[in-house]
This record gives sequence, structure tokens and C-alpha cells, in this order.
Amino acid sequence: MKHLRKFKMALVAATLMALPGLALAAPITINWWHAHGGVLGEKVNSICEGFNKSQTQYQVVPTYKGSYADTMTAGIAAFRAKNPPHILQVFEVGTATMMAAKGAIKPVYEVMKQSGLPFDPSAYLPTVTGYYTTTDGKMLSMPFNSSTAILYYNIDAFKKAGLDPAKPPKTWPEAGEVAKKLVAAGASPVGLSSSWNGWIHLENLGAWHNVPFGTKANGFGGTDARYTFNSPLYVKHIQQLADWQKDKTFIYGGRTDLGNAKFNSGEVGLYTASSASYAGFKKTCQFEFGTAMLPYWPDQKGAPQNTIIGGASLWVLNGFKPEEYKGVAAFFNYISSPEVMADWHQFTGYLPITKAAYELTKKQGFYEKNPGTETAILQMTLHKPTENSKGIRFGDHAKTRDIMDNEFEAIFSGQKTAKQGLDDAVKAGNELLIKFEKANK
Amino acid sequence: MLWERQAAAPENYPTYGRHDRAGCLSCGSTMEKRVVFKNRILPYILVAPQIAITVVFFIWPASQALVQSFLQEDAFGTSSAFVWFDNFVGIFTSPEYLHSFHVTLVFSISVAGLALSVALLLAVMADRALRSATVYKTLIIWPYAVAPVVAGVLWYFLFNPTVGMMAFFLKKVGVNWNHTLNGTQAMTLVIIAAAWREVSYNFLFFLAGLQSIPHSFIEAAAIDGAGPWRRFWTIVFPLLSPTMFFLIVVNIVYAFFDTFGVIHALTRGGPYYATNILVYKVFNDGFINLDLGGSAAQSVVLMIVVITLTVVQFRFIERKVHY
Repeated sequence: MKHLRKFKMALVAATLMALPGLALAAPITINWWHAHGGVLGEKVNSICEGFNKSQTQYQVVPTYKGSYADTMTAGIAAFRAKNPPHILQVFEVGTATMMAAKGAIKPVYEVMKQSGLPFDPSAYLPTVTGYYTTTDGKMLSMPFNSSTAILYYNIDAFKKAGLDPAKPPKTWPEAGEVAKKLVAAGASPVGLSSSWNGWIHLENLGAWHNVPFGTKANGFGGTDARYTFNSPLYVKHIQQLADWQKDKTFIYGGRTDLGNAKFNSGEVGLYTASSASYAGFKKTCQFEFGTAMLPYWPDQKGAPQNTIIGGASLWVLNGFKPEEYKGVAAFFNYISSPEVMADWHQFTGYLPITKAAYELTKKQGFYEKNPGTETAILQMTLHKPTENSKGIRFGDHAKTRDIMDNEFEAIFSGQKTAKQGLDDAVKAGNELLIKFEKANK
Repeated sequence: MLWERQAAAPENYPTYGRHDRAGCLSCGSTMEKRVVFKNRILPYILVAPQIAITVVFFIWPASQALVQSFLQEDAFGTSSAFVWFDNFVGIFTSPEYLHSFHVTLVFSISVAGLALSVALLLAVMADRALRSATVYKTLIIWPYAVAPVVAGVLWYFLFNPTVGMMAFFLKKVGVNWNHTLNGTQAMTLVIIAAAWREVSYNFLFFLAGLQSIPHSFIEAAAIDGAGPWRRFWTIVFPLLSPTMFFLIVVNIVYAFFDTFGVIHALTRGGPYYATNILVYKVFNDGFINLDLGGSAAQSVVLMIVVITLTVVQFRFIERKVHY
């Protein structure tokens, strides 16, 4: 008897296994590798959960892979091992590398088109998508978390120095004056510092003043583009920062965002950083602070133009079945929906990537309740982007950022003048570009 | 003599290391201690796991690096070209790479030197039976349990020019501490941070070495009127030389390869390439910049350097070591 029952059960199990079509179709799994740890990682998980609950066909599984560089390397290694995720989050400096990997990626416009789902590229903010779009307007990757560089200032220190907190400096000469006053009044030991120096004081400086960062429309026109960020505006700006070090108007904050400690500890009163640092400062600063648009050089014609983004976008990798791509497309539509995107924007301080999400946030009164959170988007959309302010696209740009950091250190420690340092950075960067062009013929 | 006797022994005898042989020579019986395996296959089975591990975790990746160093490919491996020695020519004509070589030399020698001398000093002090010697020993061994990256982060917080406690005290005594811009300070910091962990390891070996030195030697010297300084340099130090030799090899290899975490957490190779040691450059070029060919070529060079260094140490320095 016992044996018979066991046998029967085995039979049932075997039948069930042999006929999966009879059972309810299991949802198709979509893997997403991302670089958001901590609170942001939890937010990513909850977005995916929301999508998974909203329908039954697909299941998006987010996996945290470490820093941007770690995530990209992991994705590449997985692709080489023929086991890649469907969606890979890649930082903006990896854009050209991803674009060049033709057999490895599937452009987002193609994914959306083949899915048959509604997709309107013009619903997105052009200054955000521009970074990830070909010159003929095809969107290659889905922007997800984008930020831009803005100016933060310590309102308490402003008051202490007798400065009007409602009037943050608009131009660089003004910023210098304000910084000097802050130091003179003892409101902060040093005036100004910065995070992400290469991104803010070179890449964004160019866009903000409508000055080319490289040839061929900042690299959008082809891999034979070369860097030109040693032209007079760049030299003048960096030399000014270096000169400002002498009377503590400026201090080098270190690489990446290590300088954040200088602002939230009150060592400096003015600080240029990513708009996505807002939430962090809100938590760590024991003083009131405000945000303003990046200062500009008033004698430069065409300034201020608009700034460019940093952050990351979502790339779709090649080699999956059409129904899986359909799931990717459905997920992209979900994260682009005004509610999801507005929530992400308000929670993280990253830009809303669609116009509708921006409008929704305005309507909800978020910007009034949280003064300073709108600065980034206003600055991004100040003018229609030009060839010089659409973004930059250079191969191996992550390495060039490293070169910039090292040259900045040579300049700010007085080993080189701004001209020498930038010339050397451009020279070394262009050698990489020549190598990249050769490798991606 | 010794070598001849060795050569005469049947092939599949398990042989002892040179240390033991030398030891046996002095007691006059080499053959008695040998154990003979009757089964011809068993020895191979016994070493098989170790060989498998070596093949999988060393030989195979090393050969992959060798192959990669002759290729130029895009990150995704969709296009790949055999370029002979282009990658090697590329690195050796790059001033950044040659600079990195120089930095590595300064770094490795300093780390090994500092870690060895501090550990020796501490070990000599711990060897004089103190009342709370156990506590003292335990505390010194602790740092070795800290992962390099964690250690790097700890040092980073201590010496952070803005919020670091040590930076604060240094500024109080008039040192303008800013290792984010000052290359010498950055180098000093990574050397101390890298050596700190190694001190524990060296300390253990030195202490064991010191405790195996017979007390009668030292007492005899003391009776003959040798002071502590003289006793140390003429008796203790020469008798410690096998330990010293072993530790020099281990420390140099550590400084060359294992210090990646410290550099990554503290300086990322900066400021202005001041702490850009070879192993960090391999990581940076391979994983951040995705230049796989160039990075592989660098790791092949690094491998050759360490093999050469070890061979040189065993061939020439070991001769001067007393066992």
C-alpha cells in the first residue's frame, strides 16, 4: 500500500514536471545589475517590487554589484562568460565604451520598438537623454539616475560674515569675493572647495560656458574626436582656483566626493558638488544651507548655457529572447511613469528624467516644501542644449578622469601651472582616444 | 656532500626540506629519518589536491594573463587582435609606468624595512618575560586579523585632512597635514598603514625565533662581559637570520601584491601618481579603465619581477644565512 501511494505521487510529480505548459506560466525573470547600495539600494528594491506586483508576466530581480566600476566590470565579465544580466547600470563615463561594444548591447530604442509598447522619446528631458542618444536622435540607453553640478552654500556662515543668504554668488569673481569675506570674517576657515573636480570644473565648465570640451561635437560625431579642454577658458578657470589657494579662498577637496567633509564640517562656506549630494548634506550638516546654480565667468559670451549630467543609465545586453526584451521594455515604461520617477527624484535628489515627473513634482508642491531641490533641474534646462552642452562622449573617459585628478593634484600642489597640467592631461587623454579609435575601428 | 647523498636516494622517497636535512647533518644520521612509501601511486594522490589548487588558482589564471598580454581587445571581447609585444612596448615607453616602478621600489623597501624593524624591536622586548606578556603579545597580534581594506579605512579616518584625529594633532604641532595634495605625506601614510598590519605577522615569527635561542648562549656571553647591545648583534641576530630571511621574502611579496586594499582606501594612487604602485596600476588599468591587454602585460611583468626577486633571494642571500 505504502509503496503504491509513493508510486502514485511520483507519477503525479513526473506528469507535472513533464507538462509545464499545463501549470500556470512562471513569470519571466529579468535580471538587473545595479550600483546602488544602502538606502538607495532599498529604494531600487522597492521599485522592482512595485513593478513585480503591478503585473504577473515578468519578475525583475535587482542585484547590487558594488561601485559603478565594479558593476560595469561584473557585467562585462558576465558577458564574456556568456551569462550576462538583461539590464546593466553603467555610469556616464562608460557610455562610449558601451556604445562601441556593438555586439554586446541592444539599443533601448530597438528594445522599445520591437516590444510594441508605447514609447515616446520626447517625453524625456532632452538634456538627460541627449547624453545617451546618437546624433540622429536614437536613444541607446535608458537614463535612470542623473544629477548635475550645483553650488551649495552655508547660510549660517553667510549670516556670520554679514552676507545676504538670499544672494549667493552668481559669477566666479563674485564667488571669489564671497569666499574672501567668509574667511576674513572667520565664518569659515576656507572659502570654497569642490567634489568631482574633473566633472565640475572641466566638463561642466565647458557646457556651462558653451565652450567645446573636445572636437567632433564633444565626441558625439565619432571616435576620431580629441580633447580640447586646455583652451583659454579652462586654463583661466583652473589657474584662478590654484591662485585662490594662497589666501585660503579655495582648497582642494580630494578626489571623487571626499571633499564633502569639508562642507558639512563647516571648513568651507561654498562648495560645488553633485545635486544628488543634497540628501546627504540634509542629514549631515548641522547648519542651514542653500543651493544655487554654478557660478560662471561673465566675460564669456554665451554663459550661462546649461550644465551636463553625471550618474548612470541602464543598458540592455544582447542575446536574450524577444519575450524577455518585452519584459525589459515593460519595466522601462514602469520606471518612466510619472509617479515612480517623481518618487525616485524626490527621494534621492536625482533629476526627474521625464517632463511629466517634473510637472507632477511641481504640482505636489515638493519644491516649495524643500527649497533648493529645484536648482539642478532649472540649471539643466536653462537653455536648449548646444553641441557643446549636450554632453560628452569619449572612449575610456573613466581613465581620463583619473588623469585629470592626477594633473589637478600637480596643479594644486604647485608642481605645475594650470596650462602645463591641462596640456599634459589633454595629451595623455588623446593618446587614449587614439588607442580607443584603433581598437574600435 | 649533502647534495650527492641526496641524488643517490631513490626517486620516490619523500624527502625533507633543506632545513631538516641540515639539522640531521649535525646529528649525523640522514637515512634513519626517511619514511618509505611502498605504494607508488599513493604519494601522487596525496599531493594531488595541492597540485589541483595550484593549477586552478595560480597556473591557469597566470597563463590566461600571459595570453591576454599579447592581445588587444575591446572590453567585451567582441573583437580581439594578436599584437605581439605591442602591450609590453606600450607600458615600457609610458613614463607613468616607469614612474610607478620607482614608486613601488621605494614603497616595498620601506614597508618591508619598517615592518621588520618595528616587529623585531617589539619581539625583543616581549621576549624579556614581562608580567603581562600575554596581554602585550595578544594586542600586537590583533592588527593581523584586520582586513587590509578595513585597515585602510581606519587609517583614512585617522589622517583625513578635514576630520581626522591624527591630522588634527599634527596641525596642532605645526605640520600642515594634507596627504590629498602632498605626495611625500601620502607615501608616508600608505607605508605606515601597510607596514602596521605586517608588524603583527613578523612579530609572531620573531618571537618564536627568539624563544628557540638557547639561553645558555646568552648567559655565557653575559658572563664573558658582553653588554646587551653586543649580545644582540653577535648572538641573537645571527641566530635569527633564518627567520629574518624568510620574513624578508614574505614582506617583499606582501608589499608588492597585498597592499592593493590600503592604496585603494587611502590614496587611489594619488596625489599625482605619488603612490601609484604597480599592483594598483594593474587594477586601475584593468578594472577601471578596461585596458585588459595593457593590464595583463603589467601583471606578467610583475610576476616576472617577483619570481626573479625570490630566486635572487634564495640563490644569493640564503647562502649567508645560518641554519
